[in-house]
Amino acid sequence: MEEERTGRARLPLIAAALLLPLGASAFLFASRNQAQPAPVFQPPRPNGAVPAAAASPAEDGQWTMPSKNPAATRYSGLDQIKRENVAQLKEVFTFDTHNRKGQEAAPIVVGSTMYITTPYPNHIWALDLANGGKPKWVFRPHPEKASQGVACCDVVNRGAMYANGRIYFTTLDGNVFAIDANDGHQVWRTKLADISHGETITMSPLVVEGKVLVGNSGGEMGVRGWLTALDEGSGKIAWKAWSTGPDKDVLIGPGFKPWYAADRGTDLGAKTWPGEAWKIGGGTTWGWVAYDPATKTLFYGTGNPGPWNPVQRPGDNKWTTGVFARDIATGQAKWYYQSSPHDLFDHDDINEQILLDMPVGGQMTPVLVRPARNGYMYVIDRRTGQVYSADPYGFINSMNGVDLKTGRLQMVKDKEPKEGRVVRNICPTASGTKDWNPSAFSPRTGLLYVPHENLCMDEGVMQANYIAGTPYVGADVKMYAGPGGNRGVLTAWDPVRRKPVWEVKEDLPLWSGALATAGDLVFYGTMDGWFRALDGVTGKLLWQVHLDSGIISQPVAYRGPDGRQYVAVLTGVGGWSGALVSAQLDKRDKSAALGFVNAVQDLPDKTRAGGRLYVFALPR
Amino acid sequence: MSSRSPASLCPASLPSLQGRGRGWVRVARLLSRSLDRLRRYPPLAPPLQGGAFAALLLLLALSACDREQRDMAGQPKAETQSFVARGDPRAAEYANNAFHIAQGQRLYSWFNCVGCHSHGGGGMGPPLMDNKWRYGGRMEDIVASILYGRPNGMPDWRNKITEQQAWQLAAYVHSMSGRARKDALSARTEEPSVIPEPDLSTTSNAKDENQTAPWGEPK
Repeated sequence: MEEERTGRARLPLIAAALLLPLGASAFLFASRNQAQPAPVFQPPRPNGAVPAAAASPAEDGQWTMPSKNPAATRYSGLDQIKRENVAQLKEVFTFDTHNRKGQEAAPIVVGSTMYITTPYPNHIWALDLANGGKPKWVFRPHPEKASQGVACCDVVNRGAMYANGRIYFTTLDGNVFAIDANDGHQVWRTKLADISHGETITMSPLVVEGKVLVGNSGGEMGVRGWLTALDEGSGKIAWKAWSTGPDKDVLIGPGFKPWYAADRGTDLGAKTWPGEAWKIGGGTTWGWVAYDPATKTLFYGTGNPGPWNPVQRPGDNKWTTGVFARDIATGQAKWYYQSSPHDLFDHDDINEQILLDMPVGGQMTPVLVRPARNGYMYVIDRRTGQVYSADPYGFINSMNGVDLKTGRLQMVKDKEPKEGRVVRNICPTASGTKDWNPSAFSPRTGLLYVPHENLCMDEGVMQANYIAGTPYVGADVKMYAGPGGNRGVLTAWDPVRRKPVWEVKEDLPLWSGALATAGDLVFYGTMDGWFRALDGVTGKLLWQVHLDSGIISQPVAYRGPDGRQYVAVLTGVGGWSGALVSAQLDKRDKSAALGFVNAVQDLPDKTRAGGRLYVFALPR
Repeated sequence: MSSRSPASLCPASLPSLQGRGRGWVRVARLLSRSLDRLRRYPPLAPPLQGGAFAALLLLLALSACDREQRDMAGQPKAETQSFVARGDPRAAEYANNAFHIAQGQRLYSWFNCVGCHSHGGGGMGPPLMDNKWRYGGRMEDIVASILYGRPNGMPDWRNKITEQQAWQLAAYVHSMSGRARKDALSARTEEPSVIPEPDLSTTSNAKDENQTAPWGEPK
């Protein structure tokens, strides 16, 4: 890296030569430190894609929710730290959470306070940014210990959200908390999930229009998925939309107008299942919710059907592995699109959707862009649910694309799991081309920065028995690196031209979110603890630092009380991909952690468990 | 914690007395007051004469102080709680029995143990093939974990499976860490294995697909 930067040093030498009269020592000093002219960076060339205006308010220097705004751009309008000076970025303070499980949360910044959410036991730390990050208080919700035993993939939490003077967050044992952002005192608590049935909560709530939106986790435990809206003031349930079952449970009524014929009909959430399998059929909603205030519509995806073994659940298994548009006030469904009908590979459709307005066929169109778990980059009309395009953004050999007439995903017959035999070399894996870790969109470059994986798997399926509160999977999986051998990729995707502009290959799978800034930078972390900044236009690595543990969290940027721009990230490897380290699994078993351990056997040699906040800024 | 002498242990550990600097005075007063009260209780009056009793009471009171002992470090202590009688004869009966181990292996998938512990490497639950045991690795401990559950998420299986099944499961789990006799282990697994099976028809140096077999036929 260092060599690369000093490599194109012809101009600096000429400049330094002018300083020769000052003497040889001054020459050396100058050529190294001062006379280096700013490298010339390519200007960003926007492509016409912009975030939905109503869902992306103007930059206020804060970071009040993991996705930055309801459009989910994860873009900071701050530009003090930019391509020209990012190389000088230095650590300004660090804070130990004393938690050594997988840290997937985004730090939240409101005014001069930062809030950190830890994995189980889900502590909330308030740090005083006007005072070097000194802790102000910690809130300990004391979740039930037994919840750790029903969390599929480490005991993670994806962060809190600030709204109207309160911090909202969820706990692993199924509670939603509202606490006073000022003093950390509890305002209300509502229990939504039942761990005795395998339900947990790991997602970050979205608070909009006086509603707190929360969904459940437990797609590997025979849980029936739902999204619940709580009243922001009282914590009382306003509405609850199930992901399976009859229309009245799913909140499907006369206003439901899906674009594709396959999604029309009565009670499809029950009829597309054998018997009453929908009652334990999954469709949990543990990912990201986006919201468009212009149409008062929320968008979110549903998780995998259960069990993983598809032989046990013939049918399309609605409304799992698809995306819903709903009315915020009533929860009533507006449209739905099923990305993976009769899901074969645990392709939860819970990934982020970025609300953009962009040219589609020459016409500015309100769309949502979804880098889906199944490996396709979907561009879907926000108003109707019509799929305009679905292009692979990674290597896929188990699917043949999406038929845009019917909306249906085309499966490759040979890769379909069958009982009694192992299907080899299925790409992507159960964890998908990308899992939960969210992308970032920069309106300056028009690019979506997608941190993702390049893995394939062998899978054998067998009959799973449903026993409440235990796994309901019925699959043996072994994952390994995909073509090329690199297990991770950061792809800069042009949603308008429907193609990658550049890619950065990473050795380990990428399990951290991305952050884009107005300084035309992209930040992300690696599972072996590198925190990197790339040129958002070219993908060139401009800065990196090696931290105490792997990074699987969501980096953020904010303006501190002193007016400077800061970048913050949590370390702490873990999650599904890093459980080998955080839960000290045994890598001799290739199927450990639902097959992920095999893909990252070298991880314990490259990093260790951690759980620290790091904050960076330019020198004063 | 290391010092066991009453003088340093008891008063300091009584929270109500702590920090008042007159702990022992209060203990003495408390003792004499309760002794007076007991003396007024007729059935106890005769044995309560003499200093021997006072000494006994003091000893009792001091040992009772132990119940107020606190570890202020805040770190929960590791503990093993076994509900099965020590040295259960079934441990030996099941641990090295090929039939029971094979049955346990079948039940291990059947009851979804595999979903959490994988094939010994762990996942949602801890690994079982290593030599670390949070709650003890003896047959009796494993049976107790299965039947009664453990606080960090292991469900209890009492009334869901029979005790024999629990012992069979324990026999299989016990064997995962290489502690069962080799001749008692099952040669095959329950499920189709995700690990490619060794190709017995070729030797390791004849892997090339295009290689011609010795008798001249293309492979």
